[in-house]
Amino acid sequence: MSAPLMSAPPPRESLRDSGLADPRTRAILLQVLVVAGVVACGWFLVGNTLDNLSRRSIATGFGFLERPASFAIGESLISYSAADSYGRAVLVGLLNTLKVTAIAIVFSTLFGIALGVARLSANWLVAKLAAAYVELVRNVPVLLQLFLWYAVITESLPGPRQALHPFPGAFLCNRGLMLPGLAEHPVWPAVALAFGIAIIGALALRRFGRAGWGGALIAGLPLAVWLGFGAPLAFSLPELRGFNFQGGVSFSPELSSLLLGLVFYTSAYIAEIVRGGILAVSRGQVEAGLALGLSRAQVLRLVVLPQALRVIVPPLASEYHKLAKNSSLAVAIGFPDVVSVLNTVVNQTGQAIEGVALIMAVFLVISCGISLLMNWYNRRVALVER
Amino acid sequence: MTGTALRWLRANLFSSWLNTLLTLLIVWGLAGVIPALLHWAVTDAVFSAGDSRLCRGASGACWAFIGEKYRLILFGTYPYDQQWRPLLAVLVIIALFVASCDRRLWRRWLLPLWLGAAALVGGLMWGGALGLEFVENRLWGGLPLTLILSVIGLVVAFPLAVLLALGRRSELPMVRALSVAYIELIRGVPLVSLLFMAAVMLPMFLPAGVTIDKLLRAQIAFILFAAAYLAEVVRGGLQAIPRGQYEAADALGLGYWQKMGRVILPQALALAIPPIVNTVISFFKDTSLVIIIGLLDLLGTAKSAIADPNWHGFYRESYLFIALIYWVFCFSLSRYSQWLERDLKRGHQR
Repeated sequence: MSAPLMSAPPPRESLRDSGLADPRTRAILLQVLVVAGVVACGWFLVGNTLDNLSRRSIATGFGFLERPASFAIGESLISYSAADSYGRAVLVGLLNTLKVTAIAIVFSTLFGIALGVARLSANWLVAKLAAAYVELVRNVPVLLQLFLWYAVITESLPGPRQALHPFPGAFLCNRGLMLPGLAEHPVWPAVALAFGIAIIGALALRRFGRAGWGGALIAGLPLAVWLGFGAPLAFSLPELRGFNFQGGVSFSPELSSLLLGLVFYTSAYIAEIVRGGILAVSRGQVEAGLALGLSRAQVLRLVVLPQALRVIVPPLASEYHKLAKNSSLAVAIGFPDVVSVLNTVVNQTGQAIEGVALIMAVFLVISCGISLLMNWYNRRVALVER
Repeated sequence: MTGTALRWLRANLFSSWLNTLLTLLIVWGLAGVIPALLHWAVTDAVFSAGDSRLCRGASGACWAFIGEKYRLILFGTYPYDQQWRPLLAVLVIIALFVASCDRRLWRRWLLPLWLGAAALVGGLMWGGALGLEFVENRLWGGLPLTLILSVIGLVVAFPLAVLLALGRRSELPMVRALSVAYIELIRGVPLVSLLFMAAVMLPMFLPAGVTIDKLLRAQIAFILFAAAYLAEVVRGGLQAIPRGQYEAADALGLGYWQKMGRVILPQALALAIPPIVNTVISFFKDTSLVIIIGLLDLLGTAKSAIADPNWHGFYRESYLFIALIYWVFCFSLSRYSQWLERDLKRGHQR
């Protein structure tokens, strides 16, 4: 180590003479070289691609989205038939992706928090069981877990006629999980719309310093709309008709196994984040809370969690990003999410570049949505100093 | 002795009425589950059978299925009488991982060791020399394919990742913008779509007449993917180096590459090793996604083993078998990463 210290770098006459000694000149030159290299690479690839496209007579652009899709999609939140356009097919896939991501985020968060708290339980058995679960689930690929759940549902559960009946109104069989739901009625989309408007209104109220009215607005407006429609309330129960169930809310085997796999896998990671957050709160805080006469549950809720959330929220956000990306594994078990629909579209039309651009755009938007929500929540829980 | 045991039980299982209730509930649950599992996996299981008829009658697991299919699951469609070669390749890769865990080897031997092992594995798998029959990589599958995808992916992605991380921390705006764009683009999309892109679009990017096979396409997708994720981990290490180190290197008159190569990177990479190991684990698990573009990795061969009509329906045995393999690899790596983190921290505290 000492030798380089003693000998100063030799004076670089040649460099100084050529004007390259100025770091700014060198910086500009280097950047020009890098950009030129990237542009040349891009030129080469784009040139080849255009060449190949014209040889296969594939038109570029997003015009194909208006052509009829002529393939069926198993599950859809909006009405869709094979005669609809590619654009609508992609929209169906997008809604399916959003549905899976939203449901999986809610359940994996709840389950993950429970697991994280359980790992720190004073009860030895509870702590060890939770730890065993986390180590088991985290170290096996999520795709393998999806396949396993899918096989369990489609091969090991009984047929619709012998469906399992865990509680009244619910059925579990190799056609999926059927639960009782609200009967279709024009009031429900209206209520959902009112709910959305109320949330925006509540945010606006917060800006004007009337946060107290926000909760009332969120609860009141949808209720008022519902009452305005004459308070219709009808349930739809799943019933066995012929070879399958009709009515109620049904989760297909594909959707159920995707949700099960994603929730169990992600919750193991969330459990570790929650555990780390709780451990980051110093013991003195817990002891101080106990000394004030709070119960253990109160200490957890009022002292530990608010401080732990500051540590938990940022990594939780990246876990949600991961979950949204993992939802694209749906393609492996045949659930029509946006990646799987676009894959079909690309195979039919050959518009690979547009397809990948759409996938990127979709996940960019989902990521931005998650980031916005989590940053907003993070600001709320973050430590406010002076 | 019984006194301490009783005290332990009281403190850890019966400290309050709620804990007592939880303990009793769990013990009741385990008493139901564990015997049933044991019956399925051991007492009622069929360990050897010529065909699946014996298994279909039994109520337990059919381990005979694994006995029948383990070579298909482990080595895929590699020529049957040549399967000692993938076996040897797997052992070489495992030995490589074990050797890489020894920190004394890190300084000088790691790079030649990995390059040498990669050459050895390639020679074993392809053959075509020294009297070994040539086996084209269309026939590769199972565990060696999973390991090769991960190892080659990591070896090639790592230098790329270091360059990208340096680029992202660079003072040159264009270099920084390009690095950020690449990293965020790759990290923003699911691996599935990258694999599709490699499978469908890569042939379009190339001049007419040039074709590359599916394995190489998947490998390229994995390299691009791993480079972006590793770059972020390396960047974390770079950010943890105090400013004084950069300034000291500048004061010594070191140029950029000398400063980075001799002063900054050795410290930053050492700090980044535990998160790098974590990235390696998730990368290893992610190689299972190649099944989506039709390559037969470990998960693919397990799936194809249960597709045999004679042995249809033994998915539990097949999936549990490969889950165990994945688990052993990932769990030992994660334990190593935890140990390493503690060990490195101890060095810092001194």
